[in-house]
Amino acid sequence: MEGLAIPLNHVLFVAALLFITGLVGLMIRRNVIFILMALEVMLNAAALAFVAAGTAWQQADGQVIFMLILAVAAAEVSVGLGLVLQIQRRFKTLDMDQARRLNG
Amino acid sequence: MSQLIWLIPLLPFVSSVLLMVTAGGLPRRLIAIMGAGSVGLSAILVLMTGLEFHQSPEPYTLLLWTWMQVGDFAPEFSFYVDQLTIVMMSIITGVGFLIHLYSTEFMEDDSDYSRYFAYMNMFVASMLVLVMADNLLLLYLGWEGVGVCSYLLVGFWYKDPANGAASRKAFVVTRVGDTAMALGLFLLFTELGTLQIQPMLEAANATWVTGDTIPAIAALLLLGGAVGKSAQLPLHTWLPDAMAGPTPVSALIHAATMVTAGVYLIARTHDLFLLSPDVLLLVAIVGLATLLLAAFTALNQHDIKRILAYSTISQIGYMFMALGVGAWSAGIFHLMTHAFFKALLFLGAGAVIHCLHHEHDIFKMGGLRTKLPVVFWSFLIGSAALAALPFTSGFFSKDLILLAAFEVPDVGPWLWAGGLMGAIITAIYSFRLVFIVFYGEAHTEPDRQPGWRMAGPLSLLCVLAIIGGWFGMSLDSVFPVSDGAHPSFAVEAISIGIPVVGLFVAWLVYYKRSWSVSGITDSGLGTGLRNFWHHGWGMDTLYDALFVNPYNRVSHAMRGEWVDHIYHGIVALCVALHRVFSGLQTGRMRLYATSMVFGLIVLILLLRWTA
Repeated sequence: MEGLAIPLNHVLFVAALLFITGLVGLMIRRNVIFILMALEVMLNAAALAFVAAGTAWQQADGQVIFMLILAVAAAEVSVGLGLVLQIQRRFKTLDMDQARRLNG
Repeated sequence: MSQLIWLIPLLPFVSSVLLMVTAGGLPRRLIAIMGAGSVGLSAILVLMTGLEFHQSPEPYTLLLWTWMQVGDFAPEFSFYVDQLTIVMMSIITGVGFLIHLYSTEFMEDDSDYSRYFAYMNMFVASMLVLVMADNLLLLYLGWEGVGVCSYLLVGFWYKDPANGAASRKAFVVTRVGDTAMALGLFLLFTELGTLQIQPMLEAANATWVTGDTIPAIAALLLLGGAVGKSAQLPLHTWLPDAMAGPTPVSALIHAATMVTAGVYLIARTHDLFLLSPDVLLLVAIVGLATLLLAAFTALNQHDIKRILAYSTISQIGYMFMALGVGAWSAGIFHLMTHAFFKALLFLGAGAVIHCLHHEHDIFKMGGLRTKLPVVFWSFLIGSAALAALPFTSGFFSKDLILLAAFEVPDVGPWLWAGGLMGAIITAIYSFRLVFIVFYGEAHTEPDRQPGWRMAGPLSLLCVLAIIGGWFGMSLDSVFPVSDGAHPSFAVEAISIGIPVVGLFVAWLVYYKRSWSVSGITDSGLGTGLRNFWHHGWGMDTLYDALFVNPYNRVSHAMRGEWVDHIYHGIVALCVALHRVFSGLQTGRMRLYATSMVFGLIVLILLLRWTA
């Protein structure tokens, strides 16, 4: 296939939109599970940008990085869910604002 | 062998580091074996080096690595071996080993056995670096290393505040000389561009002519360092107080090796001193003044170790006089014989103190001749050599110095007469010591006898103190040869006879007691003079009044000064900033994330606008 059917700018716009969605979610949600989901959204936004750019320039790198991001996301989720379990067990809540014992 | 000389200082160094990091965790036997054995192994290596050097007497340099490289300045870690180095290494490791062996018994009851040997080994390693160094910077490293070890060992029994004060005094007073020496090194480097001793001396000879100002200043500054380390006037006041350390320490550091470092330094850089005859004459005068002053002081001491300390100052005065009159070999020769007999005397004194439950006052001893025979013979032989009685080792070296002094034009006979005066007093005070401690009535009973580890080194040093002068050393390749002119027979006869006269006087006064000195000493002038000499010509009082007390007063007045407010302000600012920043650490994850995002946005905007 030659190039990209959709203009690259459109894809990047969607990716930016996704990234900002995730970022805002990260900043305003208090529930730790939602924070994790927001992180996933941000990762996928970056992955989308990579795939689109890789296709646009006919380079395999973009796809390779996408695979890497998948692996990172999987690892991150496994650690993150473990943390979620521990937070639930210790603080009896999933509200991140309650878990602030490391304050100065 | 010549490739392995780096092992000589390394062995004691490694042993010292091991003893330090184990901090007394090793069994005592092992500590003793490591402490004395490492120095013994070094002594064997020195012996092998010396034998090899004897076969092919060609000085060589062993480059280990370049120490640092700053522009044109690249001092190397390299060792230089010639006859002078061999002589010094032999004294340090040979006498050092005997003293270490002696210490294994002397310090037996001490709880800090390991710390003692760690410091002693570190001292030996530093001293070896000092004499083997190929450049003045490496020499300075060893110079400061022995200073630190001396400080640590003088204050070895640190629980008594007086010992701490003595070690601080030793450190600060020698620091005065070291500062002068550092300035001398700076001057030599800026003027000649190198600190490597041999090329530097060649460059000095090529650049300057005799009588120039700059070599005179450089030689003066080096002399300052030598005077501090070798306890010569006016920086001699630290040595008598340094006797606060354990007696073997006094024997090794404050008699046999470290205090002769100044003599070594001047001998090593003798070309520089030859370029400035005035400074060279000053060396002789400093030596003469010190030897007389210290000899008179030694005559009036009660503490057995203080007598020996002042006699050390006096004998180093002889070495300085020898250097000052250009009798380089004689000076180093006296350094060697002095190391033998003074180590012997100090170890003997240590044995007396050890066996008499830490008694230092000679008037509380007495009659020990039959009770401690080994120690008596050591003392007798040591004192004979110190007094330069004919055919002991001290006789040959001191005789050479006196005759060489006589040869100097103009001032020669004066130097000679002064040296003779010192010699007669030396004989009197050394036999005063022998007669009071070992003859007469006993005042204190010894509670033990020295074991083989103390008696062995004493006997060996006895042999060395007698025969050490029979074999003249050849240092002709290192030093310019003096002309072989010989003074008249009368001069020689007087030089030889004077110590015997001193011995006779001491015998009359302190043994036969047929001639009492109490008539003189109890008169008004006599008492005053005796007190004056007893306190070392009031030097300590003078320095207290001139330097120590004004400094204390100024520092007292400076307390609560406005300068402090600056530093208090800095502290307060740090505390306030700490409060602000630790308040930011709220522990709220979302706040962190949000502030990171906004920070990033600000950064991106900044980049947009500046780019």
